Amino acid sequence: MPIPFLNPDQFRDMNKIFLIIRREYLTRVRKRSFVVMTILGPILMALIFILPVYLATRQDEKRQIQVIDETGWFAPKFENTGNYQFIPISLSLEEAKKNLGSDPNSAVLYIPATHLSVPDKAVIYSDDPPTLNLKGYITNTMSREIEKHKLAAEIRKEILHTSPGLQSASDTAHEDLMSETILKNIHTDVDLTSIKVSEGGTEQKSYTEAYMIAGWFFSFLIYMFIFLFGAQVMRGVIEEKTNRIVEVIVSSVKPFQLMLGKIVGVAMVGLTQFILWVLFTATIIITVQQAFPEKFKVQGANNESSISSQVNPQQAPNAAVIQAQENGDKANVVLDAISSINFPVLISAFIFYFIGGYLLYGALFAAIGSAVDNETDTQQFMLPITVPLIFAFVVAQSVINNPQGSMAIWLSMIPFTSPVIMMVRIPFGVPYWQLATSMVLLIAGFMLTTWVASRIYRTGILMYGKKVNYHELWKWIRYRG
Amino acid sequence: MAMLTAKKVTKRFGEFTALNAVSLQVSEQSIFGLLGPNGAGKTTLIRIINQITGPDEGEVLLNDKPLKPDHTAIIGYLPEERGLYKKMKVGEQAIYLAQLKGLSHFDAVKRLKHWFEKFEIEAWWGKKVEELSKGMQQKVQFIITVVHEPKLLIFDEPFSGFDPINVNLLRDEILELRRNGSTIIFSTHNMASVEELCDDIVLINKANKILDGNVKQIRQQHFDNTYNLRYRNHDGDLKTLLAPGFELISNSSDDELYSATIRIPKESGSMELLQSVLPHLSIASFEEVIPSMNDIFISKVNAVNANSILES
Repeated sequence: MPIPFLNPDQFRDMNKIFLIIRREYLTRVRKRSFVVMTILGPILMALIFILPVYLATRQDEKRQIQVIDETGWFAPKFENTGNYQFIPISLSLEEAKKNLGSDPNSAVLYIPATHLSVPDKAVIYSDDPPTLNLKGYITNTMSREIEKHKLAAEIRKEILHTSPGLQSASDTAHEDLMSETILKNIHTDVDLTSIKVSEGGTEQKSYTEAYMIAGWFFSFLIYMFIFLFGAQVMRGVIEEKTNRIVEVIVSSVKPFQLMLGKIVGVAMVGLTQFILWVLFTATIIITVQQAFPEKFKVQGANNESSISSQVNPQQAPNAAVIQAQENGDKANVVLDAISSINFPVLISAFIFYFIGGYLLYGALFAAIGSAVDNETDTQQFMLPITVPLIFAFVVAQSVINNPQGSMAIWLSMIPFTSPVIMMVRIPFGVPYWQLATSMVLLIAGFMLTTWVASRIYRTGILMYGKKVNYHELWKWIRYRG
Repeated sequence: MAMLTAKKVTKRFGEFTALNAVSLQVSEQSIFGLLGPNGAGKTTLIRIINQITGPDEGEVLLNDKPLKPDHTAIIGYLPEERGLYKKMKVGEQAIYLAQLKGLSHFDAVKRLKHWFEKFEIEAWWGKKVEELSKGMQQKVQFIITVVHEPKLLIFDEPFSGFDPINVNLLRDEILELRRNGSTIIFSTHNMASVEELCDDIVLINKANKILDGNVKQIRQQHFDNTYNLRYRNHDGDLKTLLAPGFELISNSSDDELYSATIRIPKESGSMELLQSVLPHLSIASFEEVIPSMNDIFISKVNAVNANSILES
């Protein structure tokens, strides 16, 4: 059934382009190299995400922890292990922090005294954030101790309540006393916050880092995809030319259709690969998280503190804890920063700039492929393509440091550099008018390069054994249809 | 009736003129030879007919209508520079190319299976092209050219790459396609096959048409009163027997027979030649020497090139 708004000629043309896209797509996704890349990519990416967490949970260097225990409950309970040495001290917190300096192997554990409730809050100060292992050990020890106190209190309460005459609990009575309510009552979560001591501004710094990493990651992806898939288009064109199949095909379809079909087909291969990477990477990370849940507790830190404040609603939070919660530990800051990035904008911009940038360069790659007889001849024409791309990627490093500078703005408008540069800027926030202008210019840019490329392409694909130079290409562009 | 008409077709690439006001007419169900030295402009003309490129001036009519995009579906083209995707399977590739010519997937498979059976190459269907020999690939290529049953077929050097057995097979197929109603344009340097197959020809040299017409008529027109005489007993010199103005071009002998080629003046007849030699020779055969297309091709092209050298 013809689509109603297309006349039969247009419908037939669309159908042929679709056939070409399908062939280009299927022959590529069936290749072994595609399958290998699709599997290897996510493993590498998952490693990038999992490795930092793994490193944070690995066994520590030997560490000295000075304990300021204002409650007097816990200090003797911390046992020295191979890695941690706990030293109770009687200095004030300020003095201890001053002594700490920036020795990465020391830390101060501060357990403030409480008046109305059980002391279930603690703060750890260090230059280097403590590992999850250390934090786990401290919270476990503390909650065990608190639970012991609570249990004793509960038992005393129950005995006084049920049989005031008895001096001590009998064995049978004891069993009843371990009721579920008691277990529930005594359960305690300890809120341990870690604070980086060296300098203030930790929070802001981590946000910027996250933006930089996100921007750099996506601009690198665009840079890599344009080269990777642009080169695939070029090789495809050369293949058709050296196979001598091109003349058979252009007797059925217009050269422009063949070129467009190839570019779009390869773009869809790229998108497929990207989507599969995202899905597989997510699957791997989620699977690993499920398998080792204790290593990925960082995200839950905020929840724990809110639970503990529910358990003890009457407790007035002390100043140190407020400060600690504001700063958060480093992992939380990164997570906050990541969640402050506008992901819908980032992802849709990525897809737009990937497609736009790829179409812009893909057409030029196709034109080069058509002008040469084999891949070694492509060198002389590659320069004008690779220079703006590499330039953009190199400049991206300085744009990261000054994302609103005039160079950043200009380069994110020029279609040849905008896909890479704009992706660097987006995590920091870009005014919508700039985004819109850049996108319109990119669309105009790829329409122009596609037009120029198609003029070169239709002559080039049928030209054999001729040494082509720029002058020759210029002549081809000016030939009449 | 003319299947294809080219009217003063001109094509230039920058300063270079590839075709200069070339006109021709191909009648329906004929085999038409498109001849000329390398670089004469044949391929450019074929590409214009295939709408791969367009003429700068003039026009091409197919069934009396100007060329339009959907005409590609009724043209089959076997280019001189031909090939297939090496990594793709034969059957899959044939279906793809047939679909590009407008066949549905179903029709493409049905007709291709028929052709593969006819050529007894069903076993190649699932093989990759790179596993086939050059001759095998040519067969597949031929099938791909004709599978959509085009009304107009264009073969550019179709026999190159085939062994003699397959050349015969291919020639028979071409003749059958013609019987079944197709019109065939045939470009080749093999003049023997032109004489054998073609009804009409056009000869293009350096972008210009220098000769066209019916093959038999052209050869007759180029008859220059040359005769071949084969004879046995020979008393005296043949040269002395000939009347003045009669030219003995060659005279040779094998074990039994002499063979002489003699050109006589236009105003004389073959009877004069016969009468002059009959009393002296025992004649085995006597015939007109109709020039071959090969001779005509060479003499025409050389004459034109000599003129252009003189002019410049």
